[in-house]
Amino acid sequence: MAEVLVYVDHVDGAVRKPTLELLALARRIGEPVAVFLGSGVDTAAPMLAEYGATRVLAADVPEFGAYLVAPKVDALQAAYATVSPAAVLVPSSVEGKEIAARLAVRTRSGLITDAIDLEAGEEGPVATQSVFAAAFTTKSRVSKGTPVITVKPNSAAPEVSPAAGAVEQLAVTVADLSKGTEVVSRTPRESTGRPELTEAAIVVSGGRGVNGQENFHIIESLADSVGAAVGASRAAVDAGWYPHANQVGQTGKSVSPQLYVAVGISGAIQHRAGMQTSKTIVAVNKDAEAPIFDLVDYGVVGDLFQVVPQLTEEISARKG
Amino acid sequence: MTMRIVVCVKYVPDATGDRYFAEDLTTDRDAVDGLLSELDEYAVEQALRIAEAADDAEITVVTVGPEDAKDALRKALSMGADKALHVEDDDLHGTDVLGTSLVLAKAVEHTGYDLVLCGMASTDGSMGVLPAILAERLGVPQMTLLSELAVQDGVVTGRRDGDLASEELRAALPAVVSVTDQSGEARYPSFKGIMAAKKKPVESLDLSDLGIEEDQVGLENAWTTVLEATQRPARTAGTIVNDEGEGGKQLAAYLAEGRFV
Ligand SMILES: Cc1cc2nc3c(=O)[nH]c(=O)nc-3n(C[C@H](O)[C@H](O)[C@H](O)COP(=O)(O)OP(=O)(O)OC[C@H]3O[C@@H](n4cnc5c(N)ncnc54)[C@H](O)[C@@H]3O)c2cc1C
Ligand SMILES: Nc1ncnc2c1ncn2[C@@H]1O[C@H](COP(=O)(O)O)[C@@H](O)[C@H]1O
Repeated sequence: MAEVLVYVDHVDGAVRKPTLELLALARRIGEPVAVFLGSGVDTAAPMLAEYGATRVLAADVPEFGAYLVAPKVDALQAAYATVSPAAVLVPSSVEGKEIAARLAVRTRSGLITDAIDLEAGEEGPVATQSVFAAAFTTKSRVSKGTPVITVKPNSAAPEVSPAAGAVEQLAVTVADLSKGTEVVSRTPRESTGRPELTEAAIVVSGGRGVNGQENFHIIESLADSVGAAVGASRAAVDAGWYPHANQVGQTGKSVSPQLYVAVGISGAIQHRAGMQTSKTIVAVNKDAEAPIFDLVDYGVVGDLFQVVPQLTEEISARKG
Repeated sequence: MTMRIVVCVKYVPDATGDRYFAEDLTTDRDAVDGLLSELDEYAVEQALRIAEAADDAEITVVTVGPEDAKDALRKALSMGADKALHVEDDDLHGTDVLGTSLVLAKAVEHTGYDLVLCGMASTDGSMGVLPAILAERLGVPQMTLLSELAVQDGVVTGRRDGDLASEELRAALPAVVSVTDQSGEARYPSFKGIMAAKKKPVESLDLSDLGIEEDQVGLENAWTTVLEATQRPARTAGTIVNDEGEGGKQLAAYLAEGRFV
């Protein structure tokens, strides 16, 4: 059976959930071969094997951390040369998309970004995408070279499917051209203890209606009562009430959770672009005319300062 | 020496209008008015700021797109760019990102550059990968998705806020840079700027001028094929209740029914 390269997204060996989703999708079109770059492969390999990786190609050179993106492209290209895969799947993170794009150029292959589903087709894998702020759904395939496809988080359920997953060292030579952009320093984002925004099953977001940084605890309490990640509209971010890393929308994160709760958010097109594919959408807004109500499965027209604390309290009461 | 700044700008259908696909499954450019991709205004803005801080700089804006794409160039010129290059060719219709990047790379080389600036993503395709591809094709450093940026003594520095960390980056020119909407609000064209733009030079080139074979671009030769495009069904109308003192409880009941709590 044809092999499919799966680029592993991880933090020091802790495999992030979108990679497990990719392994499940890869199994639909071939045998997943994981490509693991950086430190921690011993931690990661058993998990990758459990979710279906037949092999784990690993490399760890200092250039991965010292220079932006390009050294990882060199490594993925080396894996590509070793395996001659039927397709290459990469998580749609900021960095993942750029790595995939540069690999596509080097391998003279077509590129599909931000797929939300993937299935086998007669002429190669068929990817589903959501475009124009989710107004349309398209199906596409790569028509030249080896399909290089990036896949958004929450596009498939991870599936346990034990495979060998033996670790093999991948020899990587980083080209001088790939050392052009120096990473002078790196400040990891502080962990909030809440789920990662793009991976969370539930997202609770606050907008301009929250009316101040000091009120965001209302959003956070609701989020914590249901184990959700916290998001924010650009208006709330621009006002300095919440970090930009939490912005949902066209120029922030794109999320597709089981449940999206929009609080004090009007529902501008740029916000919708980042949340419209959520399975269930609910909103609290005092303006019955707010466009967000066109999207909702359930909406409450009312003052968030009344409705949300009552909601949080009721949820806690129900949990007992 | 004059610092040569090239800004890549895209002409896109207005995102606030209803966008559609044409019959050949390319973006329908007739259904909605087009304009300079909003996110590219941030790139033009940074170019202007860098040029203002430099002793001597010249800004060229480049677009690959249909006849109407000149509107995007005019807007950038009215903001303050010096000159424009429009790559236009009937054979370009339906070109995807790999083809477009090939054309842009040739166009940028044709112009001559020390610094190439791009937006973070186009508001129609919104792949956000063209700048990385451009760096790959040009064989120069990639400084992408910067929310802060400075150029001094032939070196670009900037901050990139990634998924997991913020990174301070540094590269020697020539380089390809893309900037986010956090980099600083774009200026509005002044009346004087709009008048001046009318007299600024706009060069037009086609594929043969750039030495690009037609079999490398266009819908027929695209690296990807769109098989179908379906309009997302309108969401079925949801339940909307007015809060009469029990709104929070009602919402909790709804969420419990959906097993979210
Ligand atoms: C290039 C570009 C990119 C952009 N990218 C993004 C993006 O990524 N993400 C994004 O979100 N936006 C983005 N925007 C901005 C977007 O256009 C909107 O301006 C923004 O989403 C508005 O945020 P908001 O809904 O919080 O604020 P508003 O539109 O001001 O809405 C606030 C809402 O809160 C309600 N409200 C007020 N008080 C209360 C109360 N006490 N109780 C209940 N409801 C209340 C109001 O009725 C109103 O509907 C972008 C814009 C541009 C031009
Ligand atoms: N046809 C084009 N002409 C000029 N610049 C473009 C074109 N397409 C994309 N770009 C540039 O590349 C950036 C990212 O585009 P994309 O990868 O399509 O999201 C844009 O913000 C522009 O700066």
